[in-house]
Amino acid sequence: MSLIKQDDRITVDTFLEGIWRENPVFVMMLGMCPVLAVTNSAINALAMGLATTFVLITSSLLVSLFRNLIPSEVRIATYIVIIATFVTIVDYIIQALSQDVYNALGAFIQLIVVNCIILGRAEACASRNKPVKSMVNAAGMGLGFTLALLCLGVVREILGSGSLFGLPLFGEQFQPWVVMVLPPGGFLVLGGWLLFFEWLKTRKQQSLAAEGVTHG
Amino acid sequence: MSQKHIILRTAPHVKKPQDVPLIMRNVVYALLPIVAFAVYQFGISVLALVIVTTLACLGTERFFNWMGNKPSSLSDWSSTITGILLALTLPPGFPLWMAAVAGIAGIAIGKAVFGGIGYNVFNPALVGRAFVQAAFPVAITTWTPAFFTGRFSEFVPSSLTLPFMMPPETAEWVEQVAVDGFTGATPLALQKFQHITTDPFALYTGTVAGSAGETSALLILVCGMYLVVRKMMNWQIPAWLFVGVIVTSGVLYLINPDKNPDPLFMLFSGGLMLGAMFMASDMVGSPLTPRGVMVYGLLIGSLTVIIRVYGSLSEGIMYAILLGNAATPLIDAWTQPRLFGAKPKGKSA
Amino acid sequence: MSSKTSTAMIATLGFVTALSGFLIVTVYQATKPAIEENKRLSIQKTVLEVIKGATADKHFIINDKGELLEAVPGMKGINIYAGYDARGKLMGVAVEGSAQGYSGSVDTIYAYTPACECITGIKVIKQTETPGLGDKVITDKNFVANFDKLEAKVNAAGDALANAIVAVKHGAKHNPWEIDAISGATISSKAIAKGLNGSAQQVLPKVVPLLPTIESKFTSEGAKP
Repeated sequence: MSLIKQDDRITVDTFLEGIWRENPVFVMMLGMCPVLAVTNSAINALAMGLATTFVLITSSLLVSLFRNLIPSEVRIATYIVIIATFVTIVDYIIQALSQDVYNALGAFIQLIVVNCIILGRAEACASRNKPVKSMVNAAGMGLGFTLALLCLGVVREILGSGSLFGLPLFGEQFQPWVVMVLPPGGFLVLGGWLLFFEWLKTRKQQSLAAEGVTHG
Repeated sequence: MSQKHIILRTAPHVKKPQDVPLIMRNVVYALLPIVAFAVYQFGISVLALVIVTTLACLGTERFFNWMGNKPSSLSDWSSTITGILLALTLPPGFPLWMAAVAGIAGIAIGKAVFGGIGYNVFNPALVGRAFVQAAFPVAITTWTPAFFTGRFSEFVPSSLTLPFMMPPETAEWVEQVAVDGFTGATPLALQKFQHITTDPFALYTGTVAGSAGETSALLILVCGMYLVVRKMMNWQIPAWLFVGVIVTSGVLYLINPDKNPDPLFMLFSGGLMLGAMFMASDMVGSPLTPRGVMVYGLLIGSLTVIIRVYGSLSEGIMYAILLGNAATPLIDAWTQPRLFGAKPKGKSA
Repeated sequence: MSSKTSTAMIATLGFVTALSGFLIVTVYQATKPAIEENKRLSIQKTVLEVIKGATADKHFIINDKGELLEAVPGMKGINIYAGYDARGKLMGVAVEGSAQGYSGSVDTIYAYTPACECITGIKVIKQTETPGLGDKVITDKNFVANFDKLEAKVNAAGDALANAIVAVKHGAKHNPWEIDAISGATISSKAIAKGLNGSAQQVLPKVVPLLPTIESKFTSEGAKP
């Protein structure tokens, strides 16, 4: 269908890319708004991650299906309409499933529309690849996003509320770190994770370089 | 003498590593009497507090040295100062594990991530304190009486709280040991929430509730003077800060003497003296030009009063200094010596 | 050529929008009953939780003229949720109260029990107070105990409360209409008191004369499980 020959092969990397090498949060630093705002508990982080993943996969599918029909002048508008549709759908579904989760996530569900990860995927991947490949890639990205949210949510919930997924871990006497469930906690924990990953990366490079010296 | 003057002002930029430890060591000397008095006042709890925060700061500094593959920077004494200052700003019965958290957070967030000594935007001790203020708002406003009996043989019950656990309720214990009249509130809180003024003499000599090292304004003033005399501190910073406090609180006092405290009370209560002498004057976070120093001092002074009077907290010096630190690069940029015939403006106090 | 691309653009956008509209309407229709049921259940749960001993609830609205009407969606007025026990005895009415807290409005539902002329329960339904501090108004047992029996008597004239509900400093509660504030969360405590007082002063004088009517409405309608 496409005039330009694409690399249509779906490899493991298509999926894994979003989880590690191009993790939307820790590597690309995209979608910071929900990352900081809804990760004050693990369950919120998970719900937000899954909602975003759903929107990512479905909007990627639709964008990819229509990729050769959409004139480039109106592509952003079209993508936004498609994304907004699925956000509205996910909004209704969450509301139908659980009022509590819906109340906890609040306006951030609607704000998935402006999450740049989704628009970024539509533009960078779905508009250039076949539906299946786009969806696999989007699923990887969504999973990477969900995992990143969980990384933050778990730390913030353990320190900030002394519980994990709502289950108390330390008993009655635990002293919650109030700051962790407040917005600054999001920044601090995100910074901590970034520092950790950066340090891992630097160490890996250093050991690779050292190996290079000894072998070469 | 003038040589030293220059070194002092520009220490973060001119790398003369042999001078930093010298100054820092003298700051430690200047802090020791305050620590000694705090220990005399509140007993072994404060001693433990100082040791824990200092070790936490040094340990964190060393950890980040290791992480960044840098040589150890412990010998420049700056982390020691951070640790001691931090302990002095905490309540005497502050749980030791929270104090350790404060020390770690102070060095990690306040200093290491900016690149270590000389690069930090904020005063690390205050960053540590701000962190625990946000994390443990109740514990950090729980005060213990000064000069309670048995303070050299027993800890304040909340000091030895197990890590990650909530400190025990100390109200009962306080009633048992307190010299009569202790209410568990600082003079500032009493003034703000109950309109009770504290005897000024008690403020100078430190027989009131408060953080470990902030209660005797007089002693802090004397210790600060030591650094001023040895030309190791820019005396203009605290001086302008005091001017800012006196002017702002004076105006407010004249407007409404019933509600707003008088300037002298403002000056000698809470952590203002400690903050002005040892934290606002921290050479890394303060401006370089004389006019910048003036703006900086006035800004912190007036902000402190404004936060104390209008904020929901009773003490404002911590956030005022942190805001002053944050404004320093801007102040520096505004108050460069006039080269381009710029207009002599920039006073915002 | 330009007209051609314009046509393509309009056609694409029109098509995508139509598809979107179709999808949204389908999902909306499919989820609507579940969403409404969820909302109703969540209100019912709150009402039955806050009115002690109640097993059935009923939603009324008092309109501008002070008339009591059974609620239908879209009706304007003061929401009154009545709670009955199994035999149809009116256990209490739940009323909404709201006031500005430390960082946003604090919305509550509280139960008024006619038997003791007092507030016997409160539930915060929406708040954005500082976690660990302001949200103690939900978790602090001593604070919640304030609402086991908080006096809310309507005065002799029947136009306001005999004693305004106020929050007092922690440990300074002396009267049955005072709320013992949480030390360290005074503003949030006061917001609760203000919300209660504001609502009770206005609503209770209207509700109290209507209580027999509210009770009588039960039998005609039958108990809801």
